[in-house]
Amino acid sequence: MNERILTHSDALNEALRQALEADPAVFVMGQGVDDPFAMHGCTRGLAARFGEKRVFDTPLSEAALAGVALGAALNGMRPVYMHNRPDFLLLAMDQIANHAAPWRVMFGGAAGRAPLVIWAASGRGWGAAAQHSQALHGLFLHVPGIKIALPATPYDAKGLMTVAIRDPGPVLVFDHRDNFSFSGPVPEEAYAVPFGKGVIRRQGRDLTIAAVSRMVREALSAAETLAGRGIEAEVLDLRSIRPIDHDLIAESTAGTGRLLVCDTGYPVGGLAAEVAATAAERIFGKLKAPPARLALPDCAAPAGPTLEAAYFPDAARVVRAAIDLMRR
Amino acid sequence: MKSIDPETALALYRAMLRIRRLGERIEAEYPEDEMKTPVHLSTGQEAVAAGVCAALGPGDLALGTHRGHAAYLAKGGSLPALVAELFGRAAGCCGGRGGSMHLADLAAGYAGGSAIVGGNIPIAAGMALAFAMRGEDRVAAVFFGDGAAEEGVFYESVNFAVLKRLPVLFILENNGWSVCSPLSSRRAGELAFHRGLDPALLFSAKVDGNDAAAVYAKAGKAVRRARQGLGPSLLECLTYRVGGHAGPEAWDPPGYRDLREKARWRHRCPVARMRRRLLRAGLADSEAFSRMEEEVAAEIEAAFALARKSPFPGPADIAAFLHSEQ
Ligand SMILES: Cc1ncc(C[n+]2csc(CCOP(=O)(O)OP(=O)(O)O)c2C)c(N)n1
Repeated sequence: MNERILTHSDALNEALRQALEADPAVFVMGQGVDDPFAMHGCTRGLAARFGEKRVFDTPLSEAALAGVALGAALNGMRPVYMHNRPDFLLLAMDQIANHAAPWRVMFGGAAGRAPLVIWAASGRGWGAAAQHSQALHGLFLHVPGIKIALPATPYDAKGLMTVAIRDPGPVLVFDHRDNFSFSGPVPEEAYAVPFGKGVIRRQGRDLTIAAVSRMVREALSAAETLAGRGIEAEVLDLRSIRPIDHDLIAESTAGTGRLLVCDTGYPVGGLAAEVAATAAERIFGKLKAPPARLALPDCAAPAGPTLEAAYFPDAARVVRAAIDLMRR
Repeated sequence: MKSIDPETALALYRAMLRIRRLGERIEAEYPEDEMKTPVHLSTGQEAVAAGVCAALGPGDLALGTHRGHAAYLAKGGSLPALVAELFGRAAGCCGGRGGSMHLADLAAGYAGGSAIVGGNIPIAAGMALAFAMRGEDRVAAVFFGDGAAEEGVFYESVNFAVLKRLPVLFILENNGWSVCSPLSSRRAGELAFHRGLDPALLFSAKVDGNDAAAVYAKAGKAVRRARQGLGPSLLECLTYRVGGHAGPEAWDPPGYRDLREKARWRHRCPVARMRRRLLRAGLADSEAFSRMEEEVAAEIEAAFALARKSPFPGPADIAAFLHSEQ
């Protein structure tokens, strides 16, 4: 077998290129999508290939441009609006949560659907601090009417974006900056990674680690360490969190009896809380210990390197959390 | 009545009359509490929606606000479906989901209404962007109040529309009030856009918003510009909310505005004004006006009767959208 290997950013780039080729309604916009940085390389070459009408730079008007994307989507187009950081999406919250998310339901279906994609790359480290390090999917998870995907591999970066663009409603895709340079097998043709279907990245009998985005890699690395200590962790990559594969989490956790949720976001009322609560609701009787959460500390991100190291969870912290869970 | 053809003049009058009479009927019945939805009427402001929508074609789109009955009706939205929506019935234009503030009738080109003040403005720009990208000579128009013109998205949207030369009409319906706050406590002097921008980039004008013919003329110019690919327009239509902010006029709290001001604006009633002009121009006589009144009354009567007879949506209709990630 001759697998083609691409970086995460090249895989996403290919998804965008193929979507632009396949459907004249697709267009890509965002601050700097046509500049030399090219959104971490994810949009490299697209403006040259498809022209400035379909791949264009935007003013720094996140609130209005989200509404522009929504209006274009309601009027037959399939925009992909890209952001360097999820932090900036907070300026667009009104258009996302008050308009795009409820639009179809609010009008009882009479005002059409909004097939729009909003993409943002979470970051962390190197002093990015409180306003450039956030992973805010938990905030959007709260709002009905939007789908949310968090790819962890190059394969999923392409397949989930392909599905996001084809989806009839609003979708948020959160990639992670730390993932862009990682490589993996990516088929050449367009393919779908369906939303709501998680995947078992590593099988194990002792505990289930449900992770997203960058934490999948940390969890897999932790699982190797744990195996050395005789603990076999099953690692799930949730891929999308709305819809979310609660069935897979319940099935795996029912087998292992223990659940550790590893998130890139905040702990309170977020993804980890939602996964833990649902598992408790569904399979309480099968749990050998209460579900555990490993997320960010409940405070804003610090800048300095020593504080950052203490703040962001890594494989070592996953190992510790897993061992704690095994002891309960 | 020089610049306007008789047919259009009569159509403008009729459009305003329907909005006015429906508003009066809603006011009269509202205290019975069968219409359980916050209504915001456009009494005294009818000329804005009527004038602008008369300049739009059936393929053009319009977006409205919480005060959206007028634009919905003027754009051709179904009157019975509006009334049924107010009654929360399944036959409503949004199946009882939207209520008074979220109306839509895509067949008529009324693309929706937002109750987040200013929220509809960028969406209209996006609809115009879609038209422009596909090379269609259709336009999008968005109605919003003076309060909405204080929101950041207004400025962002105009900037983007100018930048991309979008076929969009920004219709600022300046009725002097945001709930109980006068314009004077929210804005100093002129709207910046009337002075600041090259007229080639943005056609910006103030117009007597109680004169349907004047609104129609200015909107017509804006639509022609947009269809020619010359870009967006901003019309500030100066009018006045003679009724209450929400619900019947009697529910408006006392003391926040000068009643003489209100009386002065009542005197400038856009419907009566058009009626006088039609009479003067010999385009309609009292018999024709009575006929129109009767037709409109019958239409409204039938709509209320139908709405009351229509079934309510039920729990199954909630389930239709439950957990629907669209
Ligand atoms: C973003 C936002 N802020 C506040 C409100 C509350 N509110 C509802 S209507 C209204 C008045 C808005 O004034 P204007 O835009 O001039 O429209 P009008 O009601 O006069 O037609 C306000 C403040 C809202 N709905 N949305």
